[in-house]
Amino acid sequence: VWSIAQNSPNLFHTKCSVFSSNYLDVIRARSSCFAFPGRYYDYIFDFNKSQLGPAKRNSAVELKQLLVSVVLEPECDLYPSITSDESYTLAVEGPVAFLKANRVWGVLRGLETFSQLIYQDSYGTFTVNESNIIDSPRFPHRGILIDTARHFLPIKTILKTLDAMAFNKFNVLHWHIVDDQSFPYQSVAFPELSNKGSYSLSHVYTPNDVRTVIEYARLRGIRVIPEFDSPGHTQSWGKGQKNLLTPCYNGPKQSGTFGPINPILNSTYCFLSQFFKEVSTVFPDQFVHLGGDEVEFTCWESNPEVIAFMKKKGFGRDFQRLQSFYIQKLLGIVSTVNKGAIVWQEVFDDHAKLNPGTVVQVWKNEMYPVTQAAVTAAGFPVILSAPWYLDWISYGQDWRNYYKVDPLDFDGSQEQKKLVIGGEACLWGEYVDATNLTPRLWPRASAVGERLWSQQNIKDLEDAYDRLTIHRCRMARRGIAAEPLFTGYCNF
Amino acid sequence: LWVWPPGCSVLDEAFQRYRDLLFSSRSWQPPEPARKQHAPEKSSLVILVGTPGCNELPSLESGENYTLTINDDHCFLLSETVWGALRGLETFSQLVWRSPEGAFFINKTEIEDFPRFPHRGLLLDTSRHYLPLTSILDTLDVMAYNKFNVFHWHLVDDSSFPYDSFTFPELTRKGSYDPATHIYTAQDVKEVIEYARLRGIRVLAEFDTPGHTLSWGPGVPGLLTPCYSGSHPTGTFGPVNPILNTTYEFMSAFFLEVSSVFPDFYLHLGGDEVDFTCWKSNPDIQAFMKKQGFGNDFKQLESFYIQTLLSIVSAYDKGYVVWQEVFDNKVKVRPDTIIQVWREETPVHYTKEMELITRAGFRALLSAPWYLNHITYGPDWSEIYMVEPLDFKGESGELCLRTRGGWAGWLISPCFFVSSCRRGVQAQPLNVGYCEQEFEET
Repeated sequence: VWSIAQNSPNLFHTKCSVFSSNYLDVIRARSSCFAFPGRYYDYIFDFNKSQLGPAKRNSAVELKQLLVSVVLEPECDLYPSITSDESYTLAVEGPVAFLKANRVWGVLRGLETFSQLIYQDSYGTFTVNESNIIDSPRFPHRGILIDTARHFLPIKTILKTLDAMAFNKFNVLHWHIVDDQSFPYQSVAFPELSNKGSYSLSHVYTPNDVRTVIEYARLRGIRVIPEFDSPGHTQSWGKGQKNLLTPCYNGPKQSGTFGPINPILNSTYCFLSQFFKEVSTVFPDQFVHLGGDEVEFTCWESNPEVIAFMKKKGFGRDFQRLQSFYIQKLLGIVSTVNKGAIVWQEVFDDHAKLNPGTVVQVWKNEMYPVTQAAVTAAGFPVILSAPWYLDWISYGQDWRNYYKVDPLDFDGSQEQKKLVIGGEACLWGEYVDATNLTPRLWPRASAVGERLWSQQNIKDLEDAYDRLTIHRCRMARRGIAAEPLFTGYCNF
Repeated sequence: LWVWPPGCSVLDEAFQRYRDLLFSSRSWQPPEPARKQHAPEKSSLVILVGTPGCNELPSLESGENYTLTINDDHCFLLSETVWGALRGLETFSQLVWRSPEGAFFINKTEIEDFPRFPHRGLLLDTSRHYLPLTSILDTLDVMAYNKFNVFHWHLVDDSSFPYDSFTFPELTRKGSYDPATHIYTAQDVKEVIEYARLRGIRVLAEFDTPGHTLSWGPGVPGLLTPCYSGSHPTGTFGPVNPILNTTYEFMSAFFLEVSSVFPDFYLHLGGDEVDFTCWKSNPDIQAFMKKQGFGNDFKQLESFYIQTLLSIVSAYDKGYVVWQEVFDNKVKVRPDTIIQVWREETPVHYTKEMELITRAGFRALLSAPWYLNHITYGPDWSEIYMVEPLDFKGESGELCLRTRGGWAGWLISPCFFVSSCRRGVQAQPLNVGYCEQEFEET
């Protein structure tokens, strides 16, 4: 099973239950709204080369039913959130398998586990070992970052990624949707942003596209957190929104190039208010990612109006204060529309005043445990990404390095460690598009997935290798072009 | 397209392909409303081939020259061989562009082209992972788009033996990952060879020995050297056992089959990374070494094996390519042996290795700086591009490599990856940007 369940079931039982046919009767108890995801039938039973097991083993009991029960209000029609309960228990014994969860989110996780427990024996009979599983995630925020600005990703690719995420119990899609290079997000309030800022008119995500992604994700218990990164990384915004970016100067004259968003104009904040108002209605998640990374100060330094503003505000030559001034105003806008904020670590490092509850994403690799300690000591939740930049490819089995990371391995109190809400594997798009995204993400991201779901003591690399090679072939069988870990083959 | 001579399968199939690539609707963005263009219209490309040889196989000596002339009066592609015509057709297909209104254009063109090097190959390893036939055929397509002309098929190795041998079926049955699904039947092999031929691509098959042969052992008991710990066999095996007559009887029969299945003049016989430890541990081999007067020099034993193998293969009228260790270990090989250089720094820098090989009068193939499986972050294609294969001390005349200037640098222009997108090739991006039509997974 990938990721290993919390109570690490012993799967060496000799007692097995078998399915007599390609059908499993699923009884839904106590939840009228819950619809059994038909795709799990395909995942379990769709083997091109499978034969219906004619020979039943004598000692085997036939598994006739999977009974699914949701204990509390299932939350079927809601969106998943950081507090969603993903716990479940799975008992496979005799003629009935019993999947019980508090919410529908736990049912989804349990179904995935159940689908991984089933295998075909040498006769082709679908078999499952008796199991008793009690499972829940170690961290509530387990995410994948995709970058649709450096390269446009067709919707199909994004949906495929969501499928693969579900197979690995990931529950957050961090959609880094726009950046310097292109602005594919079609805004209703500001249509020129994508008209002028996208690579081309066909390299755009319409409101319908966005809705499709959000609903597809929701049905897999995955939150969609959009990132509209500012004030840096915004070159493409300036194409469709005049006077948004800071004009750079060459001495006394404008050079014709632009820098980060101009933090000194009221029009900037008027725009941001309207823009984030729209974003808050389009994206239902509680949180929005505001970016705030890698702000280049040179353009601001060159602009005389910015210099004058700095003087007036008493910032001197400390541009971090101007950056913080911008971020704080943006945070204010975002809380007005009732969203929580996630920011990259620079916002914290450069001393902006953050509202409590603002999440800080740690991405810089140098001494990241020190950063984790500092952020949590200041009382802010942390998402860890620093050791999990999957776009940094290299020759060999780098998944082992991702697996070995311990997100709580830093100097801090128990309270501090509780503030680490999880992590994200990042696949930045400079060298990634639909041609190579899936093999580059999987199964390397799977290592991160287990690290975030399973308990700290699940560390054995050899056991992980054995299970991950099986899981990789499983993903391949389910249509995910996950690359191999090492030499070998898949049994289909 | 009008061609002389007519009825040539290589050209006929090529026309179908290129017509589809150029003019099928899925290849291009839908056009905007038409606006009258003023340009002379062309209705046909005339192709003239001097000595067609349609039913032949491409070889190392095949000419691939062509000229392409497009102007107001003429529109023709001239070549001596059908292989040159294929190269010219590829060029032609890359020159055609489409206006936003949907009309197809080609600029006035005067091209005289020929390859700088006659051996331009791609190695695929179907032993570490089985590659389904479709992947191999797709790769041959992309090779043709890039004017590659040798498919170096590293069929078998330690990990698995997917080649379906009719002389020794147990090799495949015991050595493949799964003999029902992970094998290349005789039909598969034929299909690859013909598919390649129609694209002017030679198939250079490699059966690597005496090292890299663990997968051969289960199907041919007694072929591999049993390793010893002291006086007891450990149960593990090493390279092919060079001291037994049965070994050479097997190799004779096996390579007779291989010679008949693979029609190219050359076979790749491997010879790389032979680990001597197992040989050293085996008492029978120790005795043999003594008898032959090799002392403790296992390179001599390796030489002994390779030389015997080479004479077996020459008797079947085949030439051979070997990895550089064969040369480095001073095996006595025929003067027309081709040596493939793969090691970057050892025993010497590869440029030095090229110098040594060519100075000794052998032809060299360069691979060392082009190990594409050694992935790294970033645009590593530029280092690959910047390699100068002749950047070593030596006279040009020693090499089987033409040194005349003027090579088709436009092949790798920044726009090239754009046309890859359009043809549905899963070519990954070089840097940030976009394709008019993005690749879509099916």
